[in-house]
Amino acid sequence: MLDLLLLLIGAILINNFVLVQFLGLCPFTGVSRSFENAVAMSTATAFVLTLAAAVSHVLYHAVLVPLDLAYLRIIAFIVVIAALVQLTELYVRATSPVLYQALGIYLPLITTNCAVLGLALLALNLELSFVATLVYACGAALGFSLVLALFAALREQLVEERLPRAFRGAPITLITAGLMSLGFMGFQGMGG
Amino acid sequence: MLAATLTLALIGLTLGLMLSLAHRRWPPNESELVQAIDARLPQTQCAQCGYPGCLPYARAIANGEAINKCPPGGDETINALARLLGREALPLDGSLKPAPNQVAVIDESRCIGCARCLPACPVDAIVGAPRQMHTVIEAQCTGCELCLPPCPVDCIELVPTTQLSEAWTWPKP
Repeated sequence: MLDLLLLLIGAILINNFVLVQFLGLCPFTGVSRSFENAVAMSTATAFVLTLAAAVSHVLYHAVLVPLDLAYLRIIAFIVVIAALVQLTELYVRATSPVLYQALGIYLPLITTNCAVLGLALLALNLELSFVATLVYACGAALGFSLVLALFAALREQLVEERLPRAFRGAPITLITAGLMSLGFMGFQGMGG
Repeated sequence: MLAATLTLALIGLTLGLMLSLAHRRWPPNESELVQAIDARLPQTQCAQCGYPGCLPYARAIANGEAINKCPPGGDETINALARLLGREALPLDGSLKPAPNQVAVIDESRCIGCARCLPACPVDAIVGAPRQMHTVIEAQCTGCELCLPPCPVDCIELVPTTQLSEAWTWPKP
């Protein structure tokens, strides 16, 4: 039980997917311009992350390993992730057209979010059980959402600031991301 | 090799079937109500209602938004929507300007041909190309004023439309 809790906190803070492992940087910089969009995007990504990790785990241990095809895992996972994103899109479009409008192009873009594939592969490398994979995926999803929301809030403040011309736009965004990354790396002392 | 091909093909097939079933289970919910509302809106895409176009406004109406936010449609549209939805026909929302009986006219002697007003026009009523003088097709223009802000030399003016006799006024001295 304590292991799972440590795994969860570790995935949220110490091994944060975005700021420590540098996965999923495209939505991190692309969708963080407004706080509302960032929250909507992180909700959709969190859903796909958790589901994709669970399905990949089952596929790997129930199909690929018994057939001695473990080397096919990357291509198989990509297919699974793409199908899950499509499924999510269909479901959201049918049940909540308003949310579908709000998410817009970002929903299909989750397919190319490397954090989703990275999570499935990392969970395999750590040789986690099914429950542990789920917890790890939840941690990764929470970590992604937390960082995206924080970064979007910071960027909304930055728009108001008077910056030297050379720093405006992309430079200050990347500097902010770098400083946040340094901050999150400080959590590594917590892991011991 | 054969096992690998077969396995991947099976995975693909399973997921494909699943998606196809899901598509049948949850068809895109562009309900008939939204389409019926959209058909009664004037399709000027002028965004004066606060939504990015007529279809988003139609969706919002289907979810309970007020029906009196469409200045180009005027009373006619409000009455049609009230009949369709069984709601009360209200006068146009007070914060919005009433139906503009006006069209945009470009002062062609001042137009520098920058073409910035072209993408702004929701109904493609402006003819022109970069470095060529532009002009407005009067019959297409809805008087929505969206072409005014992008013009760098302020050469677009709105004049009362001459097409409707009751809307004609004496020109100002």
